[in-house]
Amino acid sequence: MSLWEYANPAKFMALSARILPALAITSSCLLLIGLLWGFFFTPADYKQGSTVKIIFLHVPTALMAINAWLMMLAASLIWLIRRHHVSALAAKAAAPIGITMTLIAIATGAIWGKPMWGTYWAWDPRLTSFMILLVFYFGYLALWEAIEDKDTAADLTSILCIVGSVFALLSRYAVNFWSQGLHQGASLSLDKEQHVDNAFYFPLLVCIAGMVLLFVTLVLIRTRTEIRLRRLLTLRLRNS
Amino acid sequence: MWSLILRDIRLALRSGGGFVLTLAFFLIVIMIVPFGVGADLGLLSRIAPGILWIGALLSCLLSLDRIFQLDWEDGTLEALATSPIPLSGIATAKATAHWLTTGLPITLASLPLGYLLNLNHNSYFLLLTSLAIGTPALSFIGTFGAALTVGVKRGGLLLSLLILPLYIPTLMLGAQSMSVGTNNPIELLALIAAISFMCIALLPFACAIALRANLK
Amino acid sequence: MLLKIKNLDCRRGNKLIIANVSFNLKSGECLILKGPNGSGKTTLLRYIAGLSTNNLLNDNIAYSGHLDGVKSTLTVQENLKFWSGIYNTNNMTNVIKTLKLNDFQNRIAGELSAGQKRRLGLARMLITNAKIWLMDEPTVSLDKTTTTLISEIITQHCKEGGAAIISTHVNLNLPSSKVLDISEFKPEIDKEFDPFLEGIF
Repeated sequence: MSLWEYANPAKFMALSARILPALAITSSCLLLIGLLWGFFFTPADYKQGSTVKIIFLHVPTALMAINAWLMMLAASLIWLIRRHHVSALAAKAAAPIGITMTLIAIATGAIWGKPMWGTYWAWDPRLTSFMILLVFYFGYLALWEAIEDKDTAADLTSILCIVGSVFALLSRYAVNFWSQGLHQGASLSLDKEQHVDNAFYFPLLVCIAGMVLLFVTLVLIRTRTEIRLRRLLTLRLRNS
Repeated sequence: MWSLILRDIRLALRSGGGFVLTLAFFLIVIMIVPFGVGADLGLLSRIAPGILWIGALLSCLLSLDRIFQLDWEDGTLEALATSPIPLSGIATAKATAHWLTTGLPITLASLPLGYLLNLNHNSYFLLLTSLAIGTPALSFIGTFGAALTVGVKRGGLLLSLLILPLYIPTLMLGAQSMSVGTNNPIELLALIAAISFMCIALLPFACAIALRANLK
Repeated sequence: MLLKIKNLDCRRGNKLIIANVSFNLKSGECLILKGPNGSGKTTLLRYIAGLSTNNLLNDNIAYSGHLDGVKSTLTVQENLKFWSGIYNTNNMTNVIKTLKLNDFQNRIAGELSAGQKRRLGLARMLITNAKIWLMDEPTVSLDKTTTTLISEIITQHCKEGGAAIISTHVNLNLPSSKVLDISEFKPEIDKEFDPFLEGIF
């Protein structure tokens, strides 16, 4: 029995109902532990003070913002190639979660930036890329909402996601050329490759793990809702 | 396929076809910039590359929803879809016609408009080249957006929301290649060309998927 | 034998509209599709035309739907010259004569009456040189003269070895025509498969 079996909505509902409670609890615990550990039980960094601890929220959400889009890309490809409805609905379900992650990433980045570099926002490559990703998400959802027939909407948003992914990647690199021109030199890089203390490393890992599981939990919940909505729609059309 | 390109050009040039409208819009957008930011020639000179590119983008946007919408409304798109030409060929033909009636005229019109914005003398050649190489990408990306939204009534705003993010790489590279401080314009022009070629080669297939979904 | 359809199911979205349709279309035959509105005539025609699937059934097909397929800012001649270019044929002058469009050749299509526009749309079918014509209600809202003209043209097309599948409510007086009642192929409710309806949610 392959994973494809769960492309059937009924089977998916059955499986997800079974694993959802465990997932929800695990992800909450991991996140809680990770955040508490990171915020309260790590020493303040000698260079950056306590505000750097926002990293425990910033890094996981930033990672998930990108991974959400990648998941949507995979789901879109599966829909176009194998026509599994659960895939299409999962992609649709993941989008608002991706938007939220992106917004939190940008906001926490701003909170980090103000005390560090004196400004909430700067047009540096990384932040700008996240802003661009945000608009891609908006476009994706807008298209879903604009098309009446749900299967057509699934087709169109899937191809948009695929094309968008290519251009999002292009933007990521074009931004480097662009920002060289504007900021001669001084770049506010909220670099994650910056030396991260060992003391930070493990709570960070826990937070990331927790965030990933949280993402999966939320996507499952929202996909279940989408499936129910779709069933409702089908029943309504059938009886008309 | 040539028949389709020629027909679309003819349609664009007829009254109500949008050819003159696009150029007029380009002119107006450029014209209102000094009204908004002041007529300081130094400032205008610095922002001219970006403004010219953004004006070109917006003017291209204007004529995009016509690409498939008009044919959709009078049944010609369905007739074309059942013809020997594959959907990707139809998309390519329409994008080419769009470029010839929008991108190309905009590229040429940018020269006098650049003068209005006090564009740096050395940048004119780069202006022409970057627009000439970059506008095909704009047309092909726009055609993709039009294919996505062809079934949506009053889909112009949605179309803009969908494709402006896709325009970002070309815009960034294009404006940057013309800026005074750039050391390596040729490299940037090569990148713009690469993006355009990729759009021309691959997007028609994406358009075909979108059109087929909408025609079902 | 021009077209063989066997056990075809047609869906619109996820909804099964017609099930198990089978028929053969020989050259020279006219198949009339009858059935109430919404029974699936358009769906079937569009399927055969290749509009709702990813593969073309037969590339010798010309489709005429509810809309005319006429560009209103081009002249009659420009409209037809365009289609000649697409299909790579050169029978335009004959077609114009057959459909009695000679007087309007250089008139902008937007100025034509509804009947004249429909004739222009029909002219496209002739220009394609396709063997199989698929027509969805070709004579709706047309007067008697035009309807007769269209019947004659379809008859002539079939006589010359072509075939046609036509959905219509009007009696077109076409010789050698079979009738297919689409409502016979309505699927039984419990045979419908929809992935969202099965199982307990």
